[in-house]
Amino acid sequence: MLSFILRRLAQSLLVMAVVSAISFSLFNFVGDPVNNMVGQDATREDRVRIRNELGLNDPVLTQYFRFMGNALQADFGLSYRIKRPVDELIIERLPATLELVFASAVIALVLGITAGVYTGIRRNSWLSRSILSVSLVGVSLPTFIIGIGLIYLFAVILRWLPSSGRSGVVELGWWKTNFLTLDGWRSIILPALTLSLFQMTMILRLVRAEMLEVMQADFIKFARARGLAERAINFTHALKNTLVPVITIIGINIGGLIAFSVITETVFQWPGTGLMFIQAVDFVDVPIMAAYLCFVALMFVVVNLVVDLLYFAIDPRIRIRGR
Amino acid sequence: MARDTLSPEGEPGRPGFVARFLDNDVVWSFLHSPAAIVAATITLLCIGAALLAPLIAPFNPFDPSQISLWDGKLPPAWSEGGQPQYLLGTDNQGRDMLSTILYGGRLSILVGLAAVFLGMTLGVLLGVVAGYFGGAVDAVIMRIADVQLTIPGILLAILINGIGRAVLPLELREEFAIYVVIIAIGLTDWPQFARVTRGAAMVEVSKEYVQAARVIDLPGWLIMWRHILPNVMRPVLVLATIGLALAIIAEATLSFLGQGIPPTTPSLGTLIRVGNEYLFSGLWWITLFPALALVVLVFAVNLLGDWMRDALNPRLR
Repeated sequence: MLSFILRRLAQSLLVMAVVSAISFSLFNFVGDPVNNMVGQDATREDRVRIRNELGLNDPVLTQYFRFMGNALQADFGLSYRIKRPVDELIIERLPATLELVFASAVIALVLGITAGVYTGIRRNSWLSRSILSVSLVGVSLPTFIIGIGLIYLFAVILRWLPSSGRSGVVELGWWKTNFLTLDGWRSIILPALTLSLFQMTMILRLVRAEMLEVMQADFIKFARARGLAERAINFTHALKNTLVPVITIIGINIGGLIAFSVITETVFQWPGTGLMFIQAVDFVDVPIMAAYLCFVALMFVVVNLVVDLLYFAIDPRIRIRGR
Repeated sequence: MARDTLSPEGEPGRPGFVARFLDNDVVWSFLHSPAAIVAATITLLCIGAALLAPLIAPFNPFDPSQISLWDGKLPPAWSEGGQPQYLLGTDNQGRDMLSTILYGGRLSILVGLAAVFLGMTLGVLLGVVAGYFGGAVDAVIMRIADVQLTIPGILLAILINGIGRAVLPLELREEFAIYVVIIAIGLTDWPQFARVTRGAAMVEVSKEYVQAARVIDLPGWLIMWRHILPNVMRPVLVLATIGLALAIIAEATLSFLGQGIPPTTPSLGTLIRVGNEYLFSGLWWITLFPALALVVLVFAVNLLGDWMRDALNPRLR
């Protein structure tokens, strides 16, 4: 087990090293950093002085290690456009993204597993069939079209929910939360639903497939023979044994949620890190782009590691084999 | 015996091309799957309509002389205030929606095809090389693929696309936007192809015909090109079909985010983005019709890919 974890750790470090190298090269290849900082009317002497101050004349490797040193302290310099430290900007917008991702992960899990178990057990009812056909459509729809559709239905036609933005926020220290006011809940529903839909269908189909397989197993027949209640069989015996692949997918998908939050946040003008990233790409704001890239890669690596560790906790078979 | 009589060449045991084609298990599976036939028909219709757009579209949306702002924001022909020559209404600039959708779909499909082709070529080449040589070459190529797969595709596409645009001088950005998008999506796509190809190639390399080719001292590139490549193409084709749907979605997403194809020559994604701004004023048709076109197109290609995956996978038959 230890060697497995160490190997995974090494792989994670490799990923981070590569991503940070890409981030670093962004600074050098995309535009001239000095131009980006001082604007058009700086004198030649000023430029040379700034170049030296920034250490842009040092060897590339020295610059890379300096960048890494700073990055490890979450220091990515000043945003070209907003002229504020990037780590501050990210931290400011992080709660919005994390709450959105959290809310949609909960929606996807609860609805996805419930519907998956239901369609797995009652595979021939009309409700199962309609859930499955809807889910097939859900997989092929691009996220932004789902978002537009929901906005049109709930905000334009029915006028039940706000169409965009994040309102009803309460400040808890530096963390701004949506979950304490009715307005906050109302504004997070549509984006969270949009973001969760794709993952929900994935979880649904996976849980269903696993349930169908598990229900054929001998230990289920045995549980039936013992006269256990249907409920106990379905949830403690069957569902439990479907969890390993489900957790893998969820783990991978939390990363996906962060990635697709870029799109959802743009559709709903949700003031999170994803929207900031898109705006940064628009203005070629390299420090924000680089920082966001590192941030997302870090999230991915951490989530993947946690998922790997969860395997050991959940499935004793893996613990024994030790992979 | 029945096979022999079908053969036009009269060569015993070797039926003619048409007969062999109809006898093929994949063709059989296709003709017996209504979903596949519907999907293929819709896909072909979409591709046909898109490729023939200049011939069948009632207007040319890129020709300023055919556009008049007075005709802007007209609803579809069947609703109140609509005009019969604009079947699906007009957009904010007075362009006929049907024509812009046909032209936009053409752009979306072409970009999707080109991106998949780029990703496939790159992935298959690297995959075959990795599978053939193994060892360090394999390790390096597959580690790069692994690292790239940790970052979600759409994010990477946005990033590569953003860098591509930033590197280009301002006046060339619109002109080269399409190529930048193609490269961005293609570069995001390749690891999947590389993984599948490498797996299949490793199986082929251990087979006797490859060893025989090695024994007679054929050069490595010839073995890869002539002998291994044709034998690993089946799974690659499946992946390419599913990849086409994903690439079309990726392009639409980039364009919707304002990072892709510019509004002067809109793709479906660009049309949806532009229309989205008018959704609140009740001009639903400017968004709805391009969105519908995109959904139908992607759905059909997806269904086709689903069927191909099942039909070409011997284990599922």
